[in-house]
Amino acid sequence: MKGISIMGTKEEKQVREATDKWVLRLYVAGQTPKALTAFTNLKKICEEQLDGKYSIEVIDLLVNPQLGNEDQILALPTLVRKLPVPVRKIIGDLSNTERVLVGLDLLPDS
Amino acid sequence: MKKAEQKNINKNLLKTQTGIQGFDELTNGGLPAGRPTLVCGGAGCGKTLFGMEFLVRGATQFNEPGVFMSFEETNEELIKNVSSLGFDLEGLIIQKKIALDHVHIERSEIEETGEYDLEGLFIRLGYAIDSIGAKRVVLDTIESLFAGLPNQLILRAELRRLFRWLKEKEVTAIITGERGDETLTRQGLEEYVSDCVILLDHRVTEQTSTRRLRVVKYRGSIHGTNEYPFLIDESGFSVLPVTSLGLKHIVSNERISSGIPVLDNMLEGKGYYRGSTVLVSGTSGVGKTSIAAHFAEAACKRGERVLYFCFEESPNQLMRNMLSIGIKLEPWVRKGLLQFQATRPTFYGLEMHLAVTHKAVNTFKPDIVILDPINTFVIGDKEFEVKTMLMRIVDFLKANLITALFTSLTSGESAIESSDVGISSLIDTWLLLRDIELNGERNRGMYVLKSRGMANSNQIREFILTDHGVELREVYIGKRGVLTGSARIAQEAFETAEVLTRKNDIERIKREIERKRKALEARISTLRADFESEESEAVKILETEKEMIKRLEQDKIEMAVSRQADIKKQRRT
Repeated sequence: MKGISIMGTKEEKQVREATDKWVLRLYVAGQTPKALTAFTNLKKICEEQLDGKYSIEVIDLLVNPQLGNEDQILALPTLVRKLPVPVRKIIGDLSNTERVLVGLDLLPDS
Repeated sequence: MKKAEQKNINKNLLKTQTGIQGFDELTNGGLPAGRPTLVCGGAGCGKTLFGMEFLVRGATQFNEPGVFMSFEETNEELIKNVSSLGFDLEGLIIQKKIALDHVHIERSEIEETGEYDLEGLFIRLGYAIDSIGAKRVVLDTIESLFAGLPNQLILRAELRRLFRWLKEKEVTAIITGERGDETLTRQGLEEYVSDCVILLDHRVTEQTSTRRLRVVKYRGSIHGTNEYPFLIDESGFSVLPVTSLGLKHIVSNERISSGIPVLDNMLEGKGYYRGSTVLVSGTSGVGKTSIAAHFAEAACKRGERVLYFCFEESPNQLMRNMLSIGIKLEPWVRKGLLQFQATRPTFYGLEMHLAVTHKAVNTFKPDIVILDPINTFVIGDKEFEVKTMLMRIVDFLKANLITALFTSLTSGESAIESSDVGISSLIDTWLLLRDIELNGERNRGMYVLKSRGMANSNQIREFILTDHGVELREVYIGKRGVLTGSARIAQEAFETAEVLTRKNDIERIKREIERKRKALEARISTLRADFESEESEAVKILETEKEMIKRLEQDKIEMAVSRQADIKKQRRT
């Protein structure tokens, strides 16, 4: 049992290193001030932390309402980290950078 | 007239029929149309089902599509759960009459940073509503959001906005909420949804559970304010408010025999009315079941169907016991005219009994229903519930023109007329069996306590169980009071003896007179004989005397001749 779990984490690390690309989705509903703030904040954090190895997809639910179901979106704006797994969700305008980093698992803890 | 009605409707609150059995009667037409209604209650009280049935009935009966937004159960779970109630959710989803939407929030996945709103939920719900043109919405249980989203301030503001938004959308919505300790809902949802609040409750008393529904509040509408028991069975939710059934059933003038000729005689010689409710009450062992069995047998002989609920004996035991008084029920069971339903009253709650009764009656379609006995339902102090349950059974049976016979056990101490689960007012014909204890023996007496719509006998009859069934005898009523059993037999013997003695006396007197007459006649004849002998004696004497006179004259003549006297001359002259 122990061996397997260690192997699992190893594999995970390998995947992370191999792809090394972050896929982020930002859900918004129209060009609201909150949405704009969230996008600006996200952009800033990504530039600082991810060094160009990321993609941001902005989904406007007013245009495509059915897209919200996949990620169980209730609150807006919501940032979803699709990759690397596991999926993480951060709601709000991302104004608290530290919380965003915790949410994205980007704090240099290890 | 019609115009006035129209106006009235326009003035009044518009209502959306739920299609839930009994509920629309209770609320005078259903839920407030285009407004949210809060349905709250504890775990397992039927909130989800209430909402689901509201949607399914809406889609199938009123052509109003609906959206079910679930915050707890997944779509698959929901479909499975309600299929046991006969709802084909999958079919309705394919027909685009119902949309299910499972909202899943995982607290651990979510991080909160700064300002946000719940526009995503609005968009999602709005999308679901628009995709099928929904008129009905159920949010089950929206309080789950409080567990998923930490910022209560935002959440509360957004909920307020949500309910306003629902009103603007003009959908009739049901919002379910978990019951809190002191409040109707744990998160105080009643603050936001203020038009109509319905409380569901699931209480366990004396180990049996009863479900109840209460309309706590209904703005702008009259509604029943009581707690109404409801049940959930194979056909869904049903609230059966007593008042909603009303007293409008058709009545029959047909009379049916009780199976006991003398009892029929006591009821105008014709028996019970069809569709009436008969109660046979009495202390234990007086023969209530026997009367019921007689009735059942008589009905089966007429070719009618009988449904017999026995709550104390197993069907086999009952049939065996009835055989001992010469009532053969078994052949009728085999013919399918008689059906037994044997359950312990404690087996399930009252409303479940009601449901079982309903179902059995609806499937078997009997002409006669027997409940033997009804008072075993009274466990603890549930008398009121039992009464309402029986009232609903009675109303239900009456509405279907089914004759009902209930038996009821009365305990020896309590007043006979009052103890019968307080249902006497529901009963049309009430037969009372009672013990008559006299001279160290116990006998059974029966009389008709009441019988609506007929001139019934007011006499107490002695009730005797024989090997050929129940017999009713006239009791002895004489100068020594009412006598039964051996006392009656003794009294009757005594009377016969008395009559015999009287008869003998008369004979004796007659004979005496005859004898006297004969004696008198004898004396008369003796006297006559005496008289006759005396008379003949006298005649003889008279003749002798005449003879003597003759002879004396002869002698005189002879003497004269001998004296040669002038006798000749004298004689010649």
